[in-house]
Amino acid sequence: MTVDTVEFAAKTGDAPQPFAELGLKDDEYARIREVLGRRPTRTELAMYSIMWSEHCSYKSSKVHLRQFGEKAPKSDRMLVGMGENAGVVDVGNGLAVTFKVESHNHPSFVEPYQGAATGVGGIVRDILTMGARPIAVMDSLRFGAADHPDTRRVLPGIVAGVGGYGNCLGLPNVGGEVVFDPVYQGNPLVNALCVGVMPVDRIQTSAATGVGNVVVLLGAKTGRDGIGGVSVLASATFDADGPANRPAVQVGDPFAEKLLIESCLELFDRELVVGIQDLGGAGLTCALTETAAAGKAGMRAYLERVPLREQSMEPHEILASESQERMLAIVTPENLPEVLALAEKWGVLAAAIGEVTEGDRLVVSWHDEIVVDVPPASLADEGPVYERPLHRPADLDLVQADRAETLPRPSTVDELRQTLLRLVSSPNLASRAWITEQYDRYVQGNTVLAQPEDTGLIRLDEETGAGIALATDANGRYARLDPYTGAQLAYAEAYRNVAVSGSTPIAVTNCLNFGSPEDPAVMWQFAEAVRGLADACQRMGTPVTGGNVSFYNQTGTQPIHPTPVVGMLGVIDDVERRTPTGFRQDGESIILLGDTLEELSGSEWAWVVHGHLGGMPPRVDLDRERLLGEVLVAGSRDGLLSSAHDLSEGGLAQALAESVLRHGVGARIVLPEEFGAGTGPFVFLFSESAHRAIVTVPRSEELRFTEMCTARSLPWQRIGVVDAEGGALEVQDAFTVRVAELREAHEGTLPQLFG
Amino acid sequence: MSARVGVVTFPGSLDDVDAARAVRLAGAEPVGLWHADADLHGVDAVVLPGGFSYGDYLRAGAIARFAPVMEKIVDAAQGGMPVLGICNGFQVLCESHLLPGALTRNTHLHFRNRDQWLKVVNASTMWTQSYETAQEILVPVKNGEGCYVADERTLDMLESDGRVVFRYLRDNPNGSARDIAGITNERGNVVGLMPHPEHAVEALTGPSTDGLGIFTSVLQRLVTAR
Repeated sequence: MTVDTVEFAAKTGDAPQPFAELGLKDDEYARIREVLGRRPTRTELAMYSIMWSEHCSYKSSKVHLRQFGEKAPKSDRMLVGMGENAGVVDVGNGLAVTFKVESHNHPSFVEPYQGAATGVGGIVRDILTMGARPIAVMDSLRFGAADHPDTRRVLPGIVAGVGGYGNCLGLPNVGGEVVFDPVYQGNPLVNALCVGVMPVDRIQTSAATGVGNVVVLLGAKTGRDGIGGVSVLASATFDADGPANRPAVQVGDPFAEKLLIESCLELFDRELVVGIQDLGGAGLTCALTETAAAGKAGMRAYLERVPLREQSMEPHEILASESQERMLAIVTPENLPEVLALAEKWGVLAAAIGEVTEGDRLVVSWHDEIVVDVPPASLADEGPVYERPLHRPADLDLVQADRAETLPRPSTVDELRQTLLRLVSSPNLASRAWITEQYDRYVQGNTVLAQPEDTGLIRLDEETGAGIALATDANGRYARLDPYTGAQLAYAEAYRNVAVSGSTPIAVTNCLNFGSPEDPAVMWQFAEAVRGLADACQRMGTPVTGGNVSFYNQTGTQPIHPTPVVGMLGVIDDVERRTPTGFRQDGESIILLGDTLEELSGSEWAWVVHGHLGGMPPRVDLDRERLLGEVLVAGSRDGLLSSAHDLSEGGLAQALAESVLRHGVGARIVLPEEFGAGTGPFVFLFSESAHRAIVTVPRSEELRFTEMCTARSLPWQRIGVVDAEGGALEVQDAFTVRVAELREAHEGTLPQLFG
Repeated sequence: MSARVGVVTFPGSLDDVDAARAVRLAGAEPVGLWHADADLHGVDAVVLPGGFSYGDYLRAGAIARFAPVMEKIVDAAQGGMPVLGICNGFQVLCESHLLPGALTRNTHLHFRNRDQWLKVVNASTMWTQSYETAQEILVPVKNGEGCYVADERTLDMLESDGRVVFRYLRDNPNGSARDIAGITNERGNVVGLMPHPEHAVEALTGPSTDGLGIFTSVLQRLVTAR
């Protein structure tokens, strides 16, 4: 078979090309011809189709994402900002932390185990690329209805994939989310987060600089797996027949990745690389063009030097392959022998496949024939940008008018008790242990807190006790009701989850999961969510360090709920001071912080009991969230708090149930006077008002703590005591549930569904 | 001088850092041993840590057994040196025939990580002498292939010779025969167990500090032996 060379393309300008099949629009194809001054070769066309895909180019989201930069609060901590593989934050003591969350939604629906596994693998390489040792992962998962037969196909595979890959890499999985909602039936979400740490002076760059430097491909051989992953699979909607395209999903080899991690870290420590870039979506195409563009350099690559799994692969396949566990390093010719020897020590394949050149062209050959000759920036940075039309969803007024506050409520104490048991056993609120037990949370020996705690807390330094906290949160229902508020509620919950551990939130990553950007209603949701999140970050002084957009999450015309997942990073000076969740000490006071309003729209109660979604989500007051956070951090630092737990889905009732079940220690709750009558107890227990937490305080510290709250104008109420003797959650004048009954309700659900 | 305890790193070892930390917290000096290095660098005892050596793609521990360092370890163990295998390390010890039986896929087919109560059945091995017989300890268990199997005769022999070192209490997390969590060789210097004592050495990061006893046991032994 003859290869379509640059020379041949220049002579055959009118030959028809399959650009539409590759996902390129007429005007995009015309622009490629304009950039090149001729028709693209077959290989070049494949490269443009990948790099200009929605997934790689952010062509629909770019104009909105700019706000994260424009509204970014000043922060001395930011060492590397958005646009790199992952942002880097200074956490003091000479250490820097990098973290990012990324989606692998479509592959995980097509092939659950491998899709989820390579989702973890991909985000881990992003973290590694910055120079960091990956130290923990989290996963934010959304599935269709828990009792739908397809959820039984998808969930066990995804969970096993997340665990299989992360466990084998030796990365503790310290938290995340699992949410069920029929809206994700045809399009589950798999968002994986990774965090890494490095000495500040080990931060790496992806820029290919230094004419004559060698381009080295490290890691696995290149095969035919994952071709078209980003352009075909991630940048289009599933049709009504559901997923096909299995060959577009990559296959992971975590052992190869583990060796790649160790070898790269040694390369960094020995200062043997000039630049480094991981190969993920868009494979070699992305790595070559991005390193060259970042280095403002030219590059020459020889594809026949790429180690192949299948010798029959053609140039465009080699450049498009998304085979996993590969990295591209730029090294000086003097260091090349040492780099190759180091790779061999770790059993990692390494091949010099090209060099950095003068000028600004990326020239790629295949056995002496030039198949690519392009300006790399035209692929990496100068892709199309769209201002897509926005339109507020036509049904939104009706949806918002249909308030859950008008729904029938439990009217007797017995119904109230039944409501509690029904909610704690509902799939979204039930224990996640069946899932999280499939993840290693202990490896590396620095996990101070992990699920079912509110936050993952990792010790960075055994000497000083310095640590970091991480939480991910989102609520698609709130965002469906009002995407601006929904994004801010996700932000507020992640902020709160970090703060309850005693850590100070400092930076944000996000994964924005939405339907098709070609639907103006979806695009409006996206624009609103980004605006909400950017405003929240600005107000709270936590910059966005990076993230990921995932569009086309829909089957047919039915988009998912807008689902902006917020990942929050916090710091804590001494992990010994952290505040865990859970009641433990008999007689300690339970104090509720914040205001409880009658806010039931979008709540778990409305959904579980009435199958209802309507009204306006809970109100947002970010200043209150900050105040709550300050009190929680101060209480932790001063040793005033024994435990703390945020209030979110399921309200106070769920927080109390979880706090009781953490150590099997009961509590006696006294209803405040204003919630004593009528459906007051119900509102008190099940409202989902934001910016609230419960804490337990030793009697000896109670006055000091409550005086601090009063002095800072944070509303607080003493709502009960920890009761180790009683063995029950008792709400006085209402009901009592024994710990064993509560546990059975809470822990039985997922094993029954998936065990 | 303190005792020197080697911790082997195979490609794919994961809990080597944790094992070294546990050795240090127990008061001994951890020494890193590289799989390809056929030299024990004068260590007094060896820990084979948890992880997925060589990806565990063939059979857990099956390839690690042939690593150059293992040849030396097998010789040293037969000469009486204390050797501990944790999780993947236990699998390697079985594959190396230093311990009988094998570890197979958990009966429920899932990887399982939970805090597990164990009973110390034999408190006289080199790795368990700081415990009391029948003491109950809480340490994490985390494995996908932790189901201990052996033929009935071997199991009977292990029981009658007092070579069952740890037993799962209350809940058997992986379907192991007779709730066996750890065993020893005849001499009591080689011990293998699936649970992870190195993850229970600090109150801050573990469910207890019960795992420390394993490492203080060997240290005590080595110091008295001098």
